[in-house]
Amino acid sequence: MEAYVFQFIWFGLWGLLWAVYFMLDGFDLGAGMLHPFIAKNDTERRMVINTLGPVWDGNEVWLITAGGATFAAFPTTYAYMFSYLYTPLLIILFALIFRGVSFEFRGKNDSAGWKKGWDFAIFIGSFIPALLFGVAFGNIFQGLPIDAAGYHGNLFTLLNPYGILTGILFVCLFLVHAFLWLSIKATGDLRKRAQKLAKKLWPILLIVAVLFLVHTWFATNLYDNFFAAPAGFVIPVLAVVALLLSYVFMNSSYVKAFYASCVTILMVVFTGIYGLFPNLIPSSIDTAYSLTAINSSSSVYTLKIMTVVVAIFVPIVLIYQIWTYKVFSDPVTEEEIYDEEAEAY
Amino acid sequence: MDALMLARLQFAMTAMFHFIFVPLTLGLSVLVAIMETMYVKTGNETYLRMTKFWGKLFLINFALGVVTGITMEFQFGMNWAEYSKYVGDIFGAPLAIEATMAFFLESTFLGVWIFGWKKISKKAHAFAIWMVAIGSNLSALWILIANAWMQHPVGYVIRNNRAELNDFSEVIFSPYAWLKFFHTVMGGYIVGAFFVMGVAAYHILKKNQLDFFKKSFKIAAVFGLVISIGIAVIGDFHAKEVAKTQPSKMAAMESLWQTQENAPIYMFAWPDAENEQNAFEFLLIPGLLSYLAHGDFNAEVTGLKDIPRNERPPVWPTFLTFRLMVCLGFIFIVLSLLAFIYSKKDSLENKRWFLKLMLYAIPLPYIAAQLGWIVAEIGRQPWIVYGVMKTSDAVSKSVTAGQVWMSLIGFFIFYGILAVVDLFLLTKFSKKGPEPEKTA
Repeated sequence: MEAYVFQFIWFGLWGLLWAVYFMLDGFDLGAGMLHPFIAKNDTERRMVINTLGPVWDGNEVWLITAGGATFAAFPTTYAYMFSYLYTPLLIILFALIFRGVSFEFRGKNDSAGWKKGWDFAIFIGSFIPALLFGVAFGNIFQGLPIDAAGYHGNLFTLLNPYGILTGILFVCLFLVHAFLWLSIKATGDLRKRAQKLAKKLWPILLIVAVLFLVHTWFATNLYDNFFAAPAGFVIPVLAVVALLLSYVFMNSSYVKAFYASCVTILMVVFTGIYGLFPNLIPSSIDTAYSLTAINSSSSVYTLKIMTVVVAIFVPIVLIYQIWTYKVFSDPVTEEEIYDEEAEAY
Repeated sequence: MDALMLARLQFAMTAMFHFIFVPLTLGLSVLVAIMETMYVKTGNETYLRMTKFWGKLFLINFALGVVTGITMEFQFGMNWAEYSKYVGDIFGAPLAIEATMAFFLESTFLGVWIFGWKKISKKAHAFAIWMVAIGSNLSALWILIANAWMQHPVGYVIRNNRAELNDFSEVIFSPYAWLKFFHTVMGGYIVGAFFVMGVAAYHILKKNQLDFFKKSFKIAAVFGLVISIGIAVIGDFHAKEVAKTQPSKMAAMESLWQTQENAPIYMFAWPDAENEQNAFEFLLIPGLLSYLAHGDFNAEVTGLKDIPRNERPPVWPTFLTFRLMVCLGFIFIVLSLLAFIYSKKDSLENKRWFLKLMLYAIPLPYIAAQLGWIVAEIGRQPWIVYGVMKTSDAVSKSVTAGQVWMSLIGFFIFYGILAVVDLFLLTKFSKKGPEPEKTA
C-alpha cells in the first residue's frame, strides 16, 4: 500500500517535471525556431536571443531533472526508454548541444558568415527537439511495440501519422508560446510583428489541437482513463479553455495571453499523463510488457528519499527562478543590446 | 568491434571530452568569484575588469561543459540500459539530486550573472557568481558520490534481481566519495590556476596591461600553491582508500605482482601482464608502497597474482597513467611555488624563461585530470560496479553495433568541431586581453 502511494506520487512528479519543462523551454525552442523569420536584421535577431539569454539555461535544467528523476524513480523505464529510442534521442541531444553553444558563441565573432551559421544552428537546434519531443510523446501515448523479445521499432516506425501530428502540435504550441513571449519581452517593430503573428498563427494551432484530440480517440487508449474517472475531463477542458483564452487575451493583455498559453501547455501534457496512468510506456502489442509506475519503480526507500529531496529543493528552485524572471521582467531594448556595460549575447 | 567495445569507447570519448571543460569551470568559477568579491570589498576597478575578462573566458568554456554533460546523463540509459536497470535504485538518486540541487543553481544564477550587471546591486551580482561556483562544485560532489559508489559500493542489498539502496547515509558519507570529490575538484582548481597564470604570463611577456596581469597572476599563484600541496595530501589519503577497497586497482597502479609485506616502489618499471611480472624494474625504495597504501612500512599489499586473471584490470594503462599523474602533481607544486615566490618578489617580468614555461604549462593540469580519470575507470575494470557487476553485463541489449558506430562517429565529428571552435574562441579572447582602463 505504502509502495503505491510513493509510486503514484512519483508518477505525478514525472509528468509535472516534463510539463514544466515544456512550458518553460517551450518559448525558448519556439523563439529559436522563429527568429530567422521574424527578425529583419542583426539587431532584431539579437533582441530575440537576448529575451531568452538570462533564462534559457535554467529552463533546460527542467529537462535534465525530468531525465534524472526518471532514472531515480523509474530506473527500468529510464533504461528502456533511452535505449529503445536511441536514435531519436541522439538527434535531440545533438540538437540541444548545438542550440546551447550557439547562444554563447554567436556573438563572439564579427563576421556575417559566423553569425549566419550559428543562427541556423539555433533554428535547427530548436526545431528538432520541439518536433521530436512531440513525436516521442505521441508514440508513448500510443504505446511502443514491446514484448518479451524487447523493442520492435525504429526511427521510421516512430514517424507514424499520430506521432508526426503530436510533433506538429508541439511545434505549433511552442511557436504561439514564443510569439506571445516576444509580444511582452521585445520592443519596437519586432514586438508589433510578434503580436500580429501570434494572432495569425493561433487558428492553425487550434486546428492542429482539435485534430490531435480527435486522432487521440482513434490512435490511443488515453481516453479510457477519462471515462473510468470522468473528473479527469477537467484537464483537457482546461487545456481548451486556456487555449481559447490565450486568443481572447490577445486583445487586452499579452501578459495574460502568455500565462494562458503556459496553462495550455501544462494541461496538454497532463491530459496525456492522466490518460497514460499508471503506464509510463505502454506496450502497443502486449500490455503485460507495459512499463508502469508499479513494475518499473525504485524501492520505496529510494522513492521516499527522493520525495524529501524534491519537497525541499524544488520550492527553493522555484523561488529563485521566479526571482530571476522578476529581475529580467523589463522588455529588452535596442539600447540595452548595444550598452557596453550591460552584457548581451 | 562489438557493441560492448564500441559503447565503452563512446563513453570514454564523451566522458573525457566532457572533462576537458568541467575542470576549468570548477577552477575558474571560484577564481572569478574571488575576483568579484575583491571588487565589491575594495571598489578597485582593476578587480572589476579582471572579473569581466576572466569571466568571459569562463563563459566560453562553461557552455561546452554544460552541453556535453547532458550527453553523460542520457548515455547511461542509451548505452548502459542493463546497468541502469540493475543499479538505478541507487545510482539514479544522486544524479537526480545533482540536477535539483546543483544544476538549477548554477544555470539559473549564471543567467543572472551574465545579464545582471545593470539589473541588480554589486553585492547581489557577486552573490550570483558564488552561487554558480557553489552549484558547479555541488554538482561535482553528487556525480562523484555516484561514481564512488561504482568504485566502492556501500549501503545496498541485492534484492528483486537488482541492487537496492538500504542505507542512503552510507552512500553519501562514503569516505571514498569525499576523498574523490576533494581530489577531483582540487584538480579543477589547479587547471583554473594554471590557466590564469599561463594566460597572464603571455601578456606579461608582451608587456600588456602589466598591473592587471600581475595581479591576476598573483591571485592564481597563491590559489595554485595552496591547492597543489593540498591535492597531494588528499591524493595520498585517496590512494589508501583505494588500497583498502579496490586491491586489484592498487596492484595495477603500482604493477605489483606478488602479495608481500614491506612492499617496495620501483622508480622505474614496466609491467608484463602476459608473464605476470615486470619486464624490468629498478631503483627500489623498500617498504614505500606498504607505507603509502596502508600507512605502515611492513603492511601486506595484495599483488595481482592473488587476483583471478579475469578480474584484473589492464595493467599497463593503469600503471602508466597513475605514474604520469603523480609526476605531474609534483611538477605543479614546484611550478606554483616558483610562481608564488617570483610573484611575491615582483620579479616576474625578468623571468622570461619562467613566464614561457607557465604559458606552455597550461595543458599539463588538463592532462593530469584526464590521466586521473583513466586510472579510476580503467583501474576498475572488468567491473562496472566493483565486485558487483561486470562491464560486459551492463551494456544495452537492444542497441546494435551499427547504432553505436553511428553515434560514435557522430560524436567524434560533432565534438571535434566544437573543440576547434572553443579553442579558437578561448585563444582569441585570451590574446585580446581585457578592456582598456577607463580614463575618467
